[in-house]
Amino acid sequence: MIPTHPNKSLIVRCLQKILPAASVLHETEDLRPYECDGLSAYQQLPLAVVLPETVDQIDQILTFCTKQQIPVVARGAGTGLSGGALPLENGILVSLAKFNRILHIDIENRTAVVQPGVRNLAISDAVREYGLYYAPDPSSQIACSIGGNVAENAGGVHCLKYGLTVHNIMKLEVVTIDGEHLTIGSDALDSPGYDLLALMTGSEGLLGIITEITVKLLPTPETANVILASFDDVATAGQAVSNVIADGILPAGLELMDNAAVGAADDFVNAGYPRDAAAILLCEIDGSDTEVADQLSRAQQLLQRSGATEIRVAKDEQQRAKFWAGRKAAFPAVGRLSPDYYCMDGTIPRHQLADVLTRISELSDEYGLPIVNVFHAGDGNLHPLILYDANIEGELERTEELGGKILEVCVEAGGTITGEHGVGMEKINQMCVQFNEYELQQFHAVKQAFDPNGLLNPGKGIPTLHRCAEFGAMHVHHGQLPHPELERF
Amino acid sequence: MSGNDKTEQLREQIVKACRARTPLVINAGNSKSFYGRQVEGEALPLDGHQGILSYQASELVITARSGTRLDELEAALDQHNQQLAFEPPLHTDQATLGGAVACGLSGPARAFRGAARDFVLGAKVINGKGELLQFGGQVMKNVAGYDVSRLMAGAQGTLGVLIEISLKVLPKSEAETTLAFEVDAAQGHQWLRNWLHEGQPISASCHYQGTLSLRLSSTENSIKQAHSRMGGEIVGNELWHQLRHQTHPCFQQDNLWRLSLPPSTNIHNEDDQLIEWGGALRWKASNNDLFEQARRLHGHATRYALRAASRQQVFQPLQPAMLAIHKRIKQAFDPHSILNPCRLYEEL
Repeated sequence: MIPTHPNKSLIVRCLQKILPAASVLHETEDLRPYECDGLSAYQQLPLAVVLPETVDQIDQILTFCTKQQIPVVARGAGTGLSGGALPLENGILVSLAKFNRILHIDIENRTAVVQPGVRNLAISDAVREYGLYYAPDPSSQIACSIGGNVAENAGGVHCLKYGLTVHNIMKLEVVTIDGEHLTIGSDALDSPGYDLLALMTGSEGLLGIITEITVKLLPTPETANVILASFDDVATAGQAVSNVIADGILPAGLELMDNAAVGAADDFVNAGYPRDAAAILLCEIDGSDTEVADQLSRAQQLLQRSGATEIRVAKDEQQRAKFWAGRKAAFPAVGRLSPDYYCMDGTIPRHQLADVLTRISELSDEYGLPIVNVFHAGDGNLHPLILYDANIEGELERTEELGGKILEVCVEAGGTITGEHGVGMEKINQMCVQFNEYELQQFHAVKQAFDPNGLLNPGKGIPTLHRCAEFGAMHVHHGQLPHPELERF
Repeated sequence: MSGNDKTEQLREQIVKACRARTPLVINAGNSKSFYGRQVEGEALPLDGHQGILSYQASELVITARSGTRLDELEAALDQHNQQLAFEPPLHTDQATLGGAVACGLSGPARAFRGAARDFVLGAKVINGKGELLQFGGQVMKNVAGYDVSRLMAGAQGTLGVLIEISLKVLPKSEAETTLAFEVDAAQGHQWLRNWLHEGQPISASCHYQGTLSLRLSSTENSIKQAHSRMGGEIVGNELWHQLRHQTHPCFQQDNLWRLSLPPSTNIHNEDDQLIEWGGALRWKASNNDLFEQARRLHGHATRYALRAASRQQVFQPLQPAMLAIHKRIKQAFDPHSILNPCRLYEEL
C-alpha cells in the first residue's frame, strides 16, 4: 500500500476549487500514467496531478502551492530522458498537456506563437504549407512538447548548422512561483537587460512555468541530400568528420553509428547499410540546388581521401529517406537486441572521439554489459546505449554505475555530462563531478533569485552540496576533500 | 599557447574590493565606454590578460583570455578561413574579446547567422565575491546547469568579470557579393522578405537613402544563381565593413538611437533612417527619447552616441517585475554590487 499524504484530501479539495474535478487526478490508477517520464527506471506517484487550461488557473495553483509550501513539478509530454518530470511524493504535478494550441503564425516575421504543450513536429506540420519549418528536431519530435524542449534546451540531428532550442526561440511568457508574469525575450532580435531567455532555456522547470513560446521559423531548404560513407575503423570515421568541417563545409546533419548500431538498425528497417563496416557516417547537405551540388561533391572527395571504404550518395528522395530511416530507428532497433537499454548523453570535443570510444569499450568489458554507439558527430554529442536486463537482480544498478563512469570519461575528455537530455534526476550525481562547490552554490543562488523557497522541481538539475558530499566521488583533487565543513556519511 | 595570465591578480583585486565594498570599473580596450552609463570606481584593467588558449579549426571552437584583442583573434581564425560569424564591431583596434561578449553587440550578419550570445559556449568568470567559476565548456551542446555563460553576454560585467571565453566559430563562405537596388524602404523590405522566404543566401541587409544593399554569402555558383533570380547591381563589399565597425557616416551623429524592433514593423520611407537586419534594426537620429515609441512598437531603444559619454539613461527602462528579477539576479552574482554598478541601470 502506498502511504497517503496526511493532508491529501484537503489539498485535493482545494485544487478542485481551482479546476474542474476532471482536471484534478488523485486516485492511484489515475496517477499511474504520470509516475515516470521517458526515463522509466525512476518512478514515483505524485500527490496529485492537475491539468490546467488557462494561465489564470496556473496562477491560482502556484499561489496555493506557495501558501501551502507544496512542491510543484511541471510536465510536458513526458518524453524526457533524464527524469526531469519525475513527480515528487509530496508534490503536485502540473501537466501542460491542455496548453496544446498554436496561437498565431506570423509569416512575415517567420515566427509562431505556441502553447507549451504543442508537439514539436506539430509546429513544422502547421507551417509546412508556407514553406517554413521549426529547426530543432529531437528524436522524440513526434511526441515531445515544445515546452519540454525549452526546459531541456533540446537538440536533435541538425544542431551543428541550425542550433539548439535556445537559438530558435524568440520569446517566452513565464509565471514564477510567486505568481509574477514575465515576458522574457521579445519579437525583436534582442532585448534590454540580462539574457533571461538563455537562462530560462534548459533550466529544467526550476525557475518558472512557461505558458507561451514564440519560436523562430526557417524557410524549408530547396534541396537536401545525404552521403552514406563506410569506414573500417571508428577512429578513421571520426577523423573524416573533422576533415569535412575543417574544410569549411557545414553539414545539416553528420551522424555516426558503430558496427553494432548499423547491424541493429539494418535488421530493424532494412536500410541497406553496409553491415561489415566498423562505422558508417551520414553526411547531409542542404541549401539551394547549386549549393548542395557543389558541397556534396566536395564532401564526397574529402570522405574518400579520409579513408572511406565505400561512399553512396542518395540517388533520390526515396533513397535519402531510406538512409536516414536506419539512423532514426536506431534506438528502437537497439531495443530489440536486449530486454532493456539505457541511453547516455555525453558531449566531447570531437578530436577525443577515438580515445573516448576506447575507454567506453573497456568499461563495457569491465562491467560485462554490451554498449552500442550512435553519435551526433557534427557536434560531439555521444549517445552510448548500454544493453541490460532489468529483470536480473542488480543489473540496473550496475548499468547506472557504468553510465556514470562513461559521463565521467566525457568530463575528463573536456566535455560535459549532458549534451541535450538534461540533468534531471538521472545525472544529479555527475553534476558534482563537473562543477565545484562554488559553481553549484552560484547555481543555487540563481535558483533563489527566481524561487526563494525552492518549490519548483526541487531535487532536480542542481545537486545540493550535501548530496555531492554523500556521492563522494567528486572533485577530490590532490587528496583534498572538497567539503571539509560537511558531515560525511 | 602564448599570452599573459592575470587571473590571480584580478581575483585578488576583486576579493579586496569586495571586502572594502569598493566599486570596480571593468575595462580593457575602452572602445565601448559609450555603451552604458558611466561608472565611478576603481579601475579593474583586463588589458594584458590575453592569449589564445586553444583553437582547433576542425572543432569550430576558440578559447581565449578575455583581454585578447579581437583583431588578433580574427587573424588566427583567418588563417583557417574561419570567422566570428556574429561580426562584433571593432570601434578601435583595441577592442577585446571580453568587451565584445560583455557588450553583446553583433554586426550586419546578426539577423542571418546569430548574435554574440548564440556563439558563446562557455566562460570562466569571477563573480562579485571573488570566486573563479567555470560554466559551459568547449563543446557545441551542453545542458549541464543553468546557461550562465550565455547570461554573461550583454551583462557588461555586472554579473561577473569575464576571464576566459569559448566561442563557436564558423567557416567563411566561399564567396561574398553585394547587390544594390534603387528602391524605397517599404518596397525593398517586401522584396527582401520574399527572397529570405525563398532561401536566398542573404547574410546582411541595409537600406539607406533610397538604396537597398544585400550581401550574398555562399558558393560561387549559388551566388550567381541567386543574382540572376534577384537582379540588382553588383557593387563592392565595403559597406558591410563600415556598418560592422560603425564607421559609416550614419554613426557619427551624437543624437543617434538604436531601435530594435520586430522586423516587419511599419517601415516608413524616411531617408535619414538606416535599416539593417531585414528590418529588425533601425538607426535614427532624434533629440527626443525614443523609449516610449520603441515600447509601443514591441521593441526597445538604446541611446547610441559613439563619442559622448552619457550620464543619461542609455538602455530601455525595464518593467517593474523585470527590474525586480534583474536586481535579484545581480544580487545572486554580486551581492555587494561592486562590479560595474549602475552601468546598465541605476538600480543594478
